[in-house]
Amino acid sequence: MSSVRIGAGAGFQGDRIAPAVDLAERGALDFLVFECLAERTVALAQQARLADPAAGYDPLLDRRMRAVLPACARNGTRIITNMGAANPRAAAERTCAIARELGLSLRVAAVTGDDVLDRIQDYVLDETGARASALGELLVSANAYIGVPGIVEALDAGADVVICGRASDPALFLAPLVHCFGWAMNDWVRLGRGTLVGHLLECSAQVTGGYFADPGVKDVPDLAHIGFPLAEVSEDGNAIITKLPGTGGMVSRATCTEQLLYEIHDPARYLQPDVIADFSGVSLEEVGPDRVAVSGASGIAATGQLKVSVGYRDGWRGEGQISYAGANCVARGRLGLALLRERLADCAAAISEDRADLIGLDSILPERRAGTWEPPEVRLRYAARCADEATAQRVGEEIESLYLCGPAGGGGVTRSLREILAIASTLMPAAEVAVRAEVLEEATAYLR
Amino acid sequence: MKLYEIAHARTGDKGDISNISVIAYRPEDWPLIEREVTAERVAAHVGHVDACEVTRYALPQLQALNFVLRGNLRGGVTRSLALDGHGKCIGSVVLEMEITGQPRGEERR
Repeated sequence: MSSVRIGAGAGFQGDRIAPAVDLAERGALDFLVFECLAERTVALAQQARLADPAAGYDPLLDRRMRAVLPACARNGTRIITNMGAANPRAAAERTCAIARELGLSLRVAAVTGDDVLDRIQDYVLDETGARASALGELLVSANAYIGVPGIVEALDAGADVVICGRASDPALFLAPLVHCFGWAMNDWVRLGRGTLVGHLLECSAQVTGGYFADPGVKDVPDLAHIGFPLAEVSEDGNAIITKLPGTGGMVSRATCTEQLLYEIHDPARYLQPDVIADFSGVSLEEVGPDRVAVSGASGIAATGQLKVSVGYRDGWRGEGQISYAGANCVARGRLGLALLRERLADCAAAISEDRADLIGLDSILPERRAGTWEPPEVRLRYAARCADEATAQRVGEEIESLYLCGPAGGGGVTRSLREILAIASTLMPAAEVAVRAEVLEEATAYLR
Repeated sequence: MKLYEIAHARTGDKGDISNISVIAYRPEDWPLIEREVTAERVAAHVGHVDACEVTRYALPQLQALNFVLRGNLRGGVTRSLALDGHGKCIGSVVLEMEITGQPRGEERR
């Protein structure tokens, strides 16, 4: 192949579906990639799987697959996604069932092996400085960020849809390039360039004008109908980033530069499972309307270590809000916060940390706005990390009680209560992670 | 002059680490941005002088800086009690930084 067309169909679990359907129908794509897993999502999915062994994959899998499978099947576009979350096998079986309902004959593959919960105990977590085993029963999940080999294996085996769990986001895009172009797994320059393509596409609209608009300063045309990106990738790994004609949004040097650096630390050392990508010499050139040529990425040998996200239960969060407006609203908000802390003093032992904000004044950067400026309204917000559910419940109750027992003129209380699922990380030798690809055939007993 | 007048920004997070890109609209403003927007000034501006370690990386060919703020997110979005646990709003705050000096009207290099 001289060129491969890859589109991004989702950049997070709740992403818009219509732009993905548009890409499936009009994109003439070789591959459509759905990236739907945030840091915490696998841990939440693991909890769902513990409650129901058939669950644990992306709750929007059905909607997304039903929306794009017909057009993808018609146009020969293959799908790659991490919607398998904590249960890629179940997600693949479900996708087979959907395809059958739609009258489509598709080969669906599950890539597994990222789940390393059974061998995480002795690893020291960066954030806690202690072994994972110290978490005891609080430990929920441990998933390694796998690279391209399992996905490539599935594509080599002819899979039309490849479903994995935790994988490095750029690997979802790098894998089809390795598959199509036959890049060697020590061709660090090409692997680095393919990683850049994946990095630019993995957040969907964030490279086509999403997360960019600032009215009058950075205007984006027809943001309401923003299109998702696609890349035309050459055999050497350089690419054009673009979007479909007639869609809203824009692809420019500026949108690509923002996304190039998004969630990057040292641009010369972007650590990935298969390569250390080097973006420090990247050039971006506008070569046509909504077309940006990307070149100059490179790479060096991977570290041989995989990042592992470890999910654990970390207490309960009680949170609530109430608004104050008009003259002296800041003082009334501060009085409300002081009352909360005084009233919660009797359960202080069960509160390990709290946070008191006046939204509109200091919720983003605490203390920074403290001064004489008086906003027309503020919204008191109080949140506490609690050892148990009952204390977190009590926090919300005290916030609601500011109606009758608090400062003058409070209104619009909301409150929430949830168990905190925290993520810590560690590194594991890649050799410890056994990735496996399995293609489900139509006749598989699992389908019935 | 505020940095906002000559640059745009985007903020991301990984665990307890924020990164903020600062990108010149015009190549001729790059030398001023490169000189004025130091790691120390960004740390002071967002009020995390002691709480975190700020590292700056420069990409001159893109007229862009990348700031990495370690320990900036109170444990990261999964643990933080903050309303904006990702710290996504911080980039807009960085653009409020006052810049002294005039654009040179020429591109370095």
